[in-house]
Amino acid sequence: MNLPNIINIQKFSVHDGDGIRTTVFFKGCSLSCWWCHNPESQRFAPELMYNAERCTSCGRCAEVCPQHGIQEVDGQFLADRTKCDACGTCTEYCLNNAREICGRTYSICELIKEIEKDQMFYEQSGGGVTLSGGEVMLQSPEYIEALTKQLHKKGFNIAIDTCGYAPWENYERILPYVDTFLYDIKLIDPERHKKYMGQDNALILENLKKLSEAGARINLRLPLIVPVNTEDSDIQDIIRYLKENNIHIVKTNLLPYHNTGNHKYDKLGEEYKGVTFEKPSQERLEQIQNQFIAAGYTDVKIGG
Amino acid sequence: MEERGMNERIQKLRRQSLDTPARIYMERADLMTDAYQKYEGTVSVPEMRAIAFKYFMEHRHLCINDGELIVGEKGDGPQKSPTFPELCCHTLEDMRVMNDRELISFKVSDEDLKLQEEKIIPYWENRSIRHKILNEMTQEWKDCYESGIFTEFMEQRGPGHTVGSQKIYTKGFLDYKKDIQDALDKLDFLNDPEALDKQNELKAMSIACDAIMILGKRYADMARELAEKESDPVRKEELLQIAHNCDVVPAHKPETYWQAIQMYWFVHLGVTTELNPWDAYSPGRLDQHLYPFYEHDVEEGILDDEKALELLECLWVKFNNQPAPPKVGITLKESSTYTDFANINTGGITPDGRDGVNDVSYLILDCMDEMKLLQPSSNVQISRKTPQRFLKRACEISRKGWGQPAFYNTEAIVQELLNAGKSIEDARRGGTSGCVETGAFGNEAYILTGYFNLPKILEITLHNGYDPVSKKQLGLKLGNAEDFKTYDELFDAYKKQVKHFADIKIRGNNVIEKIYKEYMPAPFLSIITNDCISKGKDYNGGGARYNTTYIQGVGIGTITDSLAAIKYNVYEKQRFTMHELMEALEHNFEGYPEIYNFVTSKTPKYGNDDDYADEIMESVFDYYYQTVSGRPNVRGGAYRINMLPTTCHVYFGEVMMASPNGRLAYKPVSEGISPEKGADVHGPTAVIKSCSKMDHLRTGGTLLNQKFTPSVVAGEEGLDNMANLIRSYFNMDGHHIQFNVIDRQTLIDAQNNPEEYKDLIVRVAGYSDHFRNLSRALQDEIIARTEQSFD
Repeated sequence: MNLPNIINIQKFSVHDGDGIRTTVFFKGCSLSCWWCHNPESQRFAPELMYNAERCTSCGRCAEVCPQHGIQEVDGQFLADRTKCDACGTCTEYCLNNAREICGRTYSICELIKEIEKDQMFYEQSGGGVTLSGGEVMLQSPEYIEALTKQLHKKGFNIAIDTCGYAPWENYERILPYVDTFLYDIKLIDPERHKKYMGQDNALILENLKKLSEAGARINLRLPLIVPVNTEDSDIQDIIRYLKENNIHIVKTNLLPYHNTGNHKYDKLGEEYKGVTFEKPSQERLEQIQNQFIAAGYTDVKIGG
Repeated sequence: MEERGMNERIQKLRRQSLDTPARIYMERADLMTDAYQKYEGTVSVPEMRAIAFKYFMEHRHLCINDGELIVGEKGDGPQKSPTFPELCCHTLEDMRVMNDRELISFKVSDEDLKLQEEKIIPYWENRSIRHKILNEMTQEWKDCYESGIFTEFMEQRGPGHTVGSQKIYTKGFLDYKKDIQDALDKLDFLNDPEALDKQNELKAMSIACDAIMILGKRYADMARELAEKESDPVRKEELLQIAHNCDVVPAHKPETYWQAIQMYWFVHLGVTTELNPWDAYSPGRLDQHLYPFYEHDVEEGILDDEKALELLECLWVKFNNQPAPPKVGITLKESSTYTDFANINTGGITPDGRDGVNDVSYLILDCMDEMKLLQPSSNVQISRKTPQRFLKRACEISRKGWGQPAFYNTEAIVQELLNAGKSIEDARRGGTSGCVETGAFGNEAYILTGYFNLPKILEITLHNGYDPVSKKQLGLKLGNAEDFKTYDELFDAYKKQVKHFADIKIRGNNVIEKIYKEYMPAPFLSIITNDCISKGKDYNGGGARYNTTYIQGVGIGTITDSLAAIKYNVYEKQRFTMHELMEALEHNFEGYPEIYNFVTSKTPKYGNDDDYADEIMESVFDYYYQTVSGRPNVRGGAYRINMLPTTCHVYFGEVMMASPNGRLAYKPVSEGISPEKGADVHGPTAVIKSCSKMDHLRTGGTLLNQKFTPSVVAGEEGLDNMANLIRSYFNMDGHHIQFNVIDRQTLIDAQNNPEEYKDLIVRVAGYSDHFRNLSRALQDEIIARTEQSFD
């Protein structure tokens, strides 16, 4: 079985589903949303993150790199990403934690052990585990199926946080074990979807419909980014789609854009394309909230 | 500063309490000296104590503040702090320092100094308990004490941490006198070799009953006099009611809710002026004690919730009017605060095991919320039976960020007490006092005797028993750091040193407790502590039903991470040698950035639910427990441990060079059982998990601090999160948890602009204090405590 890479196991996660949860962030996604605040979760393989602000240019990393792949450029010690195999040696010797490896594998057994650590808190609070990403549904289907099956058997509440862009079979395999799908919808217009997310949305909308038909419990999560998807027409498109396809939504979270992930693009040596994006005003958020309520969705919350 | 209090009366009294600077009150020392000069040598020691106490009550100045409904002050006004020269006879230099020091100062007048110089010092200098203690301690004890291996609680303050029983609500002191007479009548001079000692003690108790009744009578007279002169008819009526209350209590049992509170307060004044016991005196389960009176008075139509709350708020002002007795030297460092730790446990369960929350419990929470005062320390006991509404109301107050209430786990307390041999009913009546110390309220003399510096002992272990800071050979010669070839060898040596120092501490304690038993009985406190009368023995001499001696372990986070740093880096990964580490420590890590990097950020640490580090914590804790717990004390009870620091973690850090975990020289060690600052990086659930691996039920209390930014606990969901964290921790047998909900920027700002944040209160360690009254080091430490925030 192909072991997926995991970026982070976040304890006391209180904004991704009910109660106190542990959220597992898997690495790798097939969308590349401009505003993505976890760009390190897009590639599937482990990678080195470099924080230039913390670097004091001491050069210790270059000395210890087994690949001889770190060079000084204008006082910064950049890794040649064609040579770097994310072995992590340089991170051990970095005095300022300017370098870190993002992504490591866990066997199912190991991961469950980590999740079980907070069992007491899930039981007390009605929480559980959230599998997120990146895109959890694009990880090894055997792994995810075995993982959710075992977690379900042990009585954990399971939420899947997904963008919807994954083969339907992957969803089908885990349907019996999952309690809630936290399902992202961003845009109905396929052209603009392709522009901002890198992929067309036909698969996403299709999967949503099938999940609903299969009777899954779905919480809709709607990231709101000015000027991408906050016009009345954008919102009405979504509501119309939900209505026309008879999609049953339990809860809706409106997630206003935030830019706390911007600095990570520098660390990965990438460019952030969303510099001009803005968060909708509180007034606008409330208007959108009211549009959903008017359409008959009672549980609509601003924020996670 | 905002005005708080339910009405103008309370606001005025509260304002007076906060605006009045703390001042020394010499009248007690003066009258005590008179009494001793008159009677010493003519009566037995216990009787001498009681006669002096009575003499003080007969001649002292009284005080009824404008508008107050509960009367009595320790001094002759708010914030007046009596001295206790029979315990600690302050030098003139001590008194000048008290006056001049920036923090926790007490105003001392020239007249005070003159009295001290001409009358108090000449009489008490060589008679004080402190003098006797220092005479009797061995050189090695003194060396350890001065080097900060441990502290000593009883060189300036009396044995205490005492919490009242329910009996003062069903008995007046005339009734107690009758009990004492019965015990005297039963003395068996034919067969009991201690009969005379018991007779002396019982006679002393009887005199102490008279003393407190004299105080009550004098207050009744004073209130009546004031009423006569009073022109406002409403106040006149109140004064007459106060006079009537003081006619009833403390001589007779209280008949009303108002009298019950006044009864408690007279007893509080008696205990805290007879001697200066640690942690003053605590009302304990106040909600359960007051509830029968509340219920009765409400039914009779003489009390409603507004009046009941007003009387509680008056009592709160009374607590806040009494600063802790002035301390000097190391005692000041280990407890650097005006707070005197009178502690109220609201909620919990009843003696028959039912949910203890009642209407008065909610009134106490309202009072705490409204008054926002340092004193009393108002806390809640949460049991499995506690209604969620009560827990959430307490969380709602706690998240306001000034540290009250803290949360105690009823089931853990009960099991700790059962484990220490208490009956089930006594255990259920029990709770925690001071910071977090477990005791069987009303039935137990549980004496804290000093803090024990666990990380310092590793420092000494690594230097072949030598203390590199005081430059003295304090410990055993078991080899230098480089001589330990394996982690187990090192840990064995550490254990031997812990045993060595614990023995020195316990030897000292046994002598000190004996000195108190012989020379400083407390007959008044003995009257109200169950079984002292029937045994004819003093509180300080094993009279209580249970007698425990605590030694408080400090720095579990620092010692755990230090041992982990050595085990992981030196013995296992061999990233550097022991010799290199020792050099780095000696140079405070300057010039050793690689070692510093490994030990600070690339080593498993306590507080992350990581078994590697947590198992080391367990091994240190277990050994400390085995070494101390269960050993006999001189009062017929046993030693036990608890894990709390007050402010001692700052002092213990000041006497230490850098630690192997990267803690820099002279910086504070970790507090309570909280992780070392910045060591916990996986959030509050991981901290709670790590802490719960300690076997709390074998202790007499542990202390865990959690700091949150307001966003984490905002809204209804935030309240649920907080309540769920508490319930989960308590399900895992955690003893205590407290929260500071404050953002870092606010604290930094307060540090730079103390004047603008005069009323900023933060949780320190088992108690709250004004941020401006903390030392810079302690302020820094609170700022640096891990801020748990998860967006």
